[in-house]
Amino acid sequence: MALLSRITSILTLLEGPQTLGRGRRFWAGFALVVAAASAYPLFADGYDVGNNVYFFNWIFMALGLCLIWGYGGSLSFGQTAFFGIAGYAYGVLTINLGDAYGLTLLALVAAVLISAVCAAILGYFLFFGRISGVFLGIVTLSVTLVMERFISQTAGPEWHIGTARLNGFNGMGAMPSLTIPWPGGPIVLFPDVALYYATLVLLILVYLGLRVLVNSRFGNVIVAIRENPQRAEMLGYDVRKYQLGTFIIGSSLAGLSGVLYTSWGNYITPASMGMTAASLPIVWVAVGGRSDLTTTLFGTLLVLIGFQALTIYGSQYALVVMGALLVLTVLVAPRGIVASAVSLASKRWTRKKAQSGEVS
Amino acid sequence: MPILETRALNKWFGGLHVTGGVDFALETGEMHCLIGPNGAGKSTFFRLILGEHLPTSGQILYNSHDITLTKSYERIRHGISVKFQVPGIFKALNVAQNIQIALQHHVAPAELDHEIDLLLNFLNLKPVARQLAGNLSHGQKQWLEIGMAVGLKPKLLLLDEPTAGMTPDETFATGEMLQALNREGVTVLAVEHDMAFVRQIAHRVTVLHLGKIFAQGTIDEIVANEQVAAIYLGEAHAQ
Ligand SMILES: Nc1ncnc2c1ncn2[C@@H]1O[C@H](COP(=O)(O)OP(=O)(O)OP(=O)(O)O)[C@@H](O)[C@H]1O
Ligand SMILES: [Mg+2]
Repeated sequence: MALLSRITSILTLLEGPQTLGRGRRFWAGFALVVAAASAYPLFADGYDVGNNVYFFNWIFMALGLCLIWGYGGSLSFGQTAFFGIAGYAYGVLTINLGDAYGLTLLALVAAVLISAVCAAILGYFLFFGRISGVFLGIVTLSVTLVMERFISQTAGPEWHIGTARLNGFNGMGAMPSLTIPWPGGPIVLFPDVALYYATLVLLILVYLGLRVLVNSRFGNVIVAIRENPQRAEMLGYDVRKYQLGTFIIGSSLAGLSGVLYTSWGNYITPASMGMTAASLPIVWVAVGGRSDLTTTLFGTLLVLIGFQALTIYGSQYALVVMGALLVLTVLVAPRGIVASAVSLASKRWTRKKAQSGEVS
Repeated sequence: MPILETRALNKWFGGLHVTGGVDFALETGEMHCLIGPNGAGKSTFFRLILGEHLPTSGQILYNSHDITLTKSYERIRHGISVKFQVPGIFKALNVAQNIQIALQHHVAPAELDHEIDLLLNFLNLKPVARQLAGNLSHGQKQWLEIGMAVGLKPKLLLLDEPTAGMTPDETFATGEMLQALNREGVTVLAVEHDMAFVRQIAHRVTVLHLGKIFAQGTIDEIVANEQVAAIYLGEAHAQ
């Protein structure tokens, strides 16, 4: 009974003042989107479906940045560092341990934990050293670039952990894909329909979990800290602990992206932590609307797909467009393009409703 | 027994001596007003009590415990609460959430909504509960800020100019609310410029001038003190 009421009180946090979307209409829309996403593999080629898992892989990292930056107010350029740490950790672990007995799943958990521990250490110095604002951005970017430099120079054979060679700028490859042990034979999550569904389920769980988190007491406090850290402290909150907690959760989600990406392509390179890679998550999240999970999710998906489409004409060209998009967002819709579109549409809707109310 | 005591408290900002060896004792259950001309160091004194600034020298005791080096949030957890001179509400959060943040550490989850409602009713903010705090009028912001300070259920309530910008009626109502809290055992220390308000609530008054305690006594004693009139009331009248 106590458990039941506990569960319902958690479920009520799925909607709240910190997230867009509430009520029947929203959840009907949500169900529709999930149904469409679930039906997609039925109408598409397995090869394409597997390829398109690529887009899902990044969203975890974007949602993590949305939490740290949009909700918490700390602009971190460190997402790709934790992406890289977890990706490499997954590679090293699975190359050494193999893919039997569900060890790849253990490696996934371990790799995400390793990125969480690294985030805890970096975050401790950042927040307990009272580094904030621009300096937080500078320090996290520096750490990311140092990581890239470090991994890039590990091409020599002396750089190995167990049987896993780091391979420097060539990138590390040939790690096994995530494999689910199953009585009738293990399910290997190659880029195919099974991986698509596994990633989709994970994405839905993370999205809903984050909705609960930001509408919870913890979420209230981190948003309050974004608004006015001094006041939050004077209401009895240890501001630095909350900032650190937010940073660890958000960075671990980047780690999850790193593992999924590495398993998906059986490959990771130091370039995934470079300058370009480090700034792209900022673009996705800013364009979508950083102060909300849903706008971040859709914004990221849209920008990623647009970027992919443009890459056909050359990746440099696509990057210029990304830069322009960021500038345009900052100038025209600082709250994010998706977020602004949503609020515009809902204003229209309420006005229409009000007008039809007058008539009747 | 004093709930709060400062001993030889000094604060320098560079070459500026803003708090000059203040020995101050606030009795438990007292309603005390701190007055003084602009720049006298009243807000700085509050910030020292709250731990937002560390004193250059001296001691701060709370219920006989030395809290001179205690972290701010811990002082709050021990029962000190503040309403700042400039309202520090969370503008992008709605009014109910602002209150919730003040209540959520000491109110059980099951009673939280109910307690938020009670406090909102008390503050006359129920009709705007779902509005963003940033969109409130100045007076409503003041009330919300007071509500957050009160919502912590403090033992010692610090108020920096609680009635600034309020109408005489609102000011009087604020005084009555504070007196009600005081009857429940809350000790109040308020910085105030409004003499009618000081007369309404204060058991004792301390005059701060150039960072030092200049005079202390009942409101009648302070008003009768010609030197105080010269430095403070004189200036106030001149404005
Ligand atoms: N952080 C700071 N750094 C330097 N000087 C400061 C700082 N805070 C306050 N001061 C100075 O200390 C003096 C006292 O300021 P304080 O705000 O404590 O006065 P006050 O009595 O609250 O005045 P008011 O009635 O105008 O609110 C002023 O001269 C102010 O300029
Ligand atoms: Mg002041």
